[in-house]
Amino acid sequence: MSDFEKLKNQLINKLTEAKNSKEVDLIRTEIFGKNGLINSEFKKLGSLSPDEKKNVASKINNAKQELTKLFNKKLSSLENFEIDERVKNEKDDVTLPEKDFRIGKIHPVSQVIDEISSIFSEIGFNVEEGPDVETEYYNFTALNTPENHPAKDMHDTFYLEENMKTLLRTHTSPVQVRTMLNGKPPFKIIAPGRTYRSDSDQTHTPMFHQLEGLHIDKNITMGHLKGCLNYFIKEFFELEKIKMRFRPSHFPFTEPSAEVDIGYRIENNKIIIGEGDKWLEILGCGMVHPNVLKNSKVDPNKFQGFAFGIGIDRLAMLKYGINDLRSFFESDYRWLNYYGFDPLDVPTNYRGLSK
Amino acid sequence: MKLTREWLKDHLKTNKTELQIIEKLNNIGLEVEKVEPVKNELSDFLIAKIIKADKHPNADRLKLCHVDIGQNDLVKVVCGGPNAKDNLLTIYAPPGSVIPKNNMKLEISKIRGETSYGMLCSESELNISDESDGIIELNKKYKSQIGKSYFNESQDNVIELSITPNRPDCLGIRGIARDLSSAGFGKLIDNKIKKIKRSGKQNLKVKIQKSKNQACSIFGSCLIKNIKNQESPDWLKKRLLSLGLRPISAVVDITNYVMFDLNRPLHAYDADKINKEIIVRNSKKNEKFKALDNKDYNLDDGMCVISDHQGVLGLGGIIGGIRSGTELNTKNILLESAFFDPEITRKTAKKLDLNSDAKFRFERGIDPNSILIGLEKASAMIVEICGGQASNIDIQSTQQFKLKKINFDPKIVEKIVGLKTKLQDITKILGDLGFKVKKKGKILTIEVPSWRPDINGDVDLVEEIIRIKGFNNIQSIEPEKKRIKPTLNFFQRNFHLAQRSVASKGYLESITWSFTDEKLNNIFKEKYQEAKIVNPISSDLNVLRSSLYPNLIHVLNKNIDRGFDDQSLFEIGPLFIGNKPGQQITVVCGIRKENLFDVYGIKKDLVQTLLELGINKKDTTIDTNTPSYYHPGRSGSIITKKDNILLAYFGEIHPKVVDKVYGFEIFLENLVKFKSYNKKTKPTVTFSDYQKSERDFAFVVQKDLKAQELVEIIWNVDNSLIKNVKIFDVYQGDNIPSDKKSIALKVTIQSDFKTLNEKDLNDISQKIISNVEEKVEAKLRS
Repeated sequence: MSDFEKLKNQLINKLTEAKNSKEVDLIRTEIFGKNGLINSEFKKLGSLSPDEKKNVASKINNAKQELTKLFNKKLSSLENFEIDERVKNEKDDVTLPEKDFRIGKIHPVSQVIDEISSIFSEIGFNVEEGPDVETEYYNFTALNTPENHPAKDMHDTFYLEENMKTLLRTHTSPVQVRTMLNGKPPFKIIAPGRTYRSDSDQTHTPMFHQLEGLHIDKNITMGHLKGCLNYFIKEFFELEKIKMRFRPSHFPFTEPSAEVDIGYRIENNKIIIGEGDKWLEILGCGMVHPNVLKNSKVDPNKFQGFAFGIGIDRLAMLKYGINDLRSFFESDYRWLNYYGFDPLDVPTNYRGLSK
Repeated sequence: MKLTREWLKDHLKTNKTELQIIEKLNNIGLEVEKVEPVKNELSDFLIAKIIKADKHPNADRLKLCHVDIGQNDLVKVVCGGPNAKDNLLTIYAPPGSVIPKNNMKLEISKIRGETSYGMLCSESELNISDESDGIIELNKKYKSQIGKSYFNESQDNVIELSITPNRPDCLGIRGIARDLSSAGFGKLIDNKIKKIKRSGKQNLKVKIQKSKNQACSIFGSCLIKNIKNQESPDWLKKRLLSLGLRPISAVVDITNYVMFDLNRPLHAYDADKINKEIIVRNSKKNEKFKALDNKDYNLDDGMCVISDHQGVLGLGGIIGGIRSGTELNTKNILLESAFFDPEITRKTAKKLDLNSDAKFRFERGIDPNSILIGLEKASAMIVEICGGQASNIDIQSTQQFKLKKINFDPKIVEKIVGLKTKLQDITKILGDLGFKVKKKGKILTIEVPSWRPDINGDVDLVEEIIRIKGFNNIQSIEPEKKRIKPTLNFFQRNFHLAQRSVASKGYLESITWSFTDEKLNNIFKEKYQEAKIVNPISSDLNVLRSSLYPNLIHVLNKNIDRGFDDQSLFEIGPLFIGNKPGQQITVVCGIRKENLFDVYGIKKDLVQTLLELGINKKDTTIDTNTPSYYHPGRSGSIITKKDNILLAYFGEIHPKVVDKVYGFEIFLENLVKFKSYNKKTKPTVTFSDYQKSERDFAFVVQKDLKAQELVEIIWNVDNSLIKNVKIFDVYQGDNIPSDKKSIALKVTIQSDFKTLNEKDLNDISQKIISNVEEKVEAKLRS
């Protein structure tokens, strides 16, 4: 056996017996280092004849390969062993609490506005907005509600000027007029927003939210109105069927006018929407009065259509079982956390309205 | 408006049940609000008979009565009524019942040593009349009804309707009957009025003074002499009670009765108290008047008054006066039936803050052609009940009332409603409702009945036809799923994104009032004009908010009281910069209170939100000018480099306002404006794979130097090579002069074209050092 072989076997023994990765690292230098076994053997090649050179070189290469293999094997088994040892001692009580995180919430009213927008988006409505401060003209007169009309009694109005010419809008209906004045028919819009009435008790708050809807085209009839609202209510409450009735009513800005009730029943103190023998009023609607169209510079002989107004807060209460309207605006931290929605829970047409 | 089926049957021949009637009323637009048993609280009160009235052993004025209440045993009742005697039919209240007059609950009690089981009632105790001198004496016809409830004889319910303001005609039972009849619920019975003998002219002169804005255009009257005013008969009292009205005296009760029956308000004057003649005129300023509600009114000029030579007798269509009011001893009365203009009446009542059943009707529009029938019916009833002689009826009018005519194309019904409707259906429905329909070729000429002031055009007629025909007959049409315009515009999309972006940073969304407390608002108002509410709901909600902070801080404090020390809240909504439409801006406002929080924490929430909203940090700069409600040394504003558009404020709220609360405000309109004109498609990008190097620098600079300036200088040294500049330490203290600070930065250097060698790196480092030292009086820290 040549010296090379001897040395090689020695190193193999040493490697086999090595107990940790540090020892293995030292052996790495003895084998593969600048002056290690392999390199010193290669250096000797220079003094050999070409034939021998070839022979010896291939021998060294084989040895190098053998050693590399052995070395890597040893190293990885040692490393695995060491990780196993370490892991044995790493024991955390995973029942301890996770690190703190905070989840923000979207207010139920905002969520419901997004849900409604998503439903109406599907049937081609776009969202319009109007100012919270309105003039007497847009809030009443243009909507066919003359001054000193008893219909105004239903709107306890907040005024911003002694002469009562500017006010906080009592409904979202002025957006109808503003939208029509700003564009050309057809119109197919919804307009959610804050509305105000100076009324405050168990079931009324001085500020609340309404959604206005308006569809004006050449031949939009009450049949379209019925179909549209029926579609909306079913989608909103995520029900296959819903009991609904249209009751004649009166609003100065629509003629004919109707109120819409939905059926419900109470089961174990919980309200079940859509069936049952009780009726709940949820919105007002009708065919836009020709005077409103005229005031909005739309020719009532050519265009007609419907409008509706829904209480958004009320819809949120019904859908999500919230009892007290006033709690919507109190910002109780517990309430916001409990009734609020995850910001990632965006209502969409393709994913669905609610989680 | 209230009605009972029993009363309704005076006008409508129907065999429909109450339940069917209620459903129909709802379906034709007369919304049923409530259905209650007539005077339910009185159904405990039983018809009873005193079998024996003994003297109370221990009290002279009391009696011990043995009363038959229709059960096996008699009950013992102690009674103070002087008229309690054997065999008297009266009304018994059992223990547990509540006496209407004082809402006292009866209990079994000992009165002067004798146990009394209940009570025998006087009329006043049951609110039937003011009579309190003795117990009720019922007539013999009640003999067969002992033990039965006195008030619940008919088992009738009172149906309360919410009548929409366009339907004054349904403020009378007859109008409701007419509607039900046209909806196929029976036959409308002709108004039958007892003919009475009338003698003589109405010789009290009535004059309607001509003047501008005279509200009264017709004044009908009838004089009835030598009456004996008295309590109303039981049937009439019960009718009024069933609607919740208090019987007063026959004359007053009859006027009320006719008002609810025919929707025809009337007024009765004591004719002996009228000085010479009736003058209907406009009031003079500061004229005084004491009304039947016992209040004194100081009139403005131009209010319609009924007066005599002495002064004001009543406010036309609103309320009568004390001076000429009828009483039980009134002998001669003048009955008024008039027409007052709705708008003027409403204005007057509003100015005086006066409400009455008559005003409620006149402001909605009373049938001008009901003057005569009202007088006929009421005077006949008065003569029947109180005796006396009625005069002929006098009607003064200054204006001829003309019936409206509408040309109606029947095709419009289908055009608007989408329901094919036969011409004969249209004609029948309108006819039943009192319209006169004439065919003129393809067009109908329709005459509107005088009791329908709300019908002015063809769409009004369409509504009449469809509400009677039934909305449930309209076929609903599935909506078309076609979108012409994007659902949300650019601003709305950003609104939506901002809302969810802030929420995703752990903030809870609040919705607070758009108004707030003026005192609180003043702290945040800055340069904005205050928008005061003229009639606020309470004095601490009296201005529109000039900032979202006042209300958010208010609720934050309330939540601290609830025990929440760490809070993050935000609101997105309007603040008001004036009191005109459009003077509002949309703000996203977040507040955060947390242990160990600082301005860099709130800045992180804000900057991250702006980034998510698509604002490139490099396009903005930080300014330290902020409103006074921020801590001056711990707040900043974010402004665009181009055009200096204010995007947001952030910082600690001034400690004088609230302790250790941080907040930010994003001005959404500004942000969207900047975004939309700065909108550019992202340029194509190549990512360099060449070696990236990092070099650290520490500069000693002036203490008040803004870090932003330093970073900016370094960026500008070589935009193509410098890929990032990051501050990792700011130091003040040992080894640094007290007016200086040290800022340590890590600069990332990378070329897109080659691997930089040592020399390249040194060159750029040198350039950085020399640029900084040159521009901001800085020294590289050794």
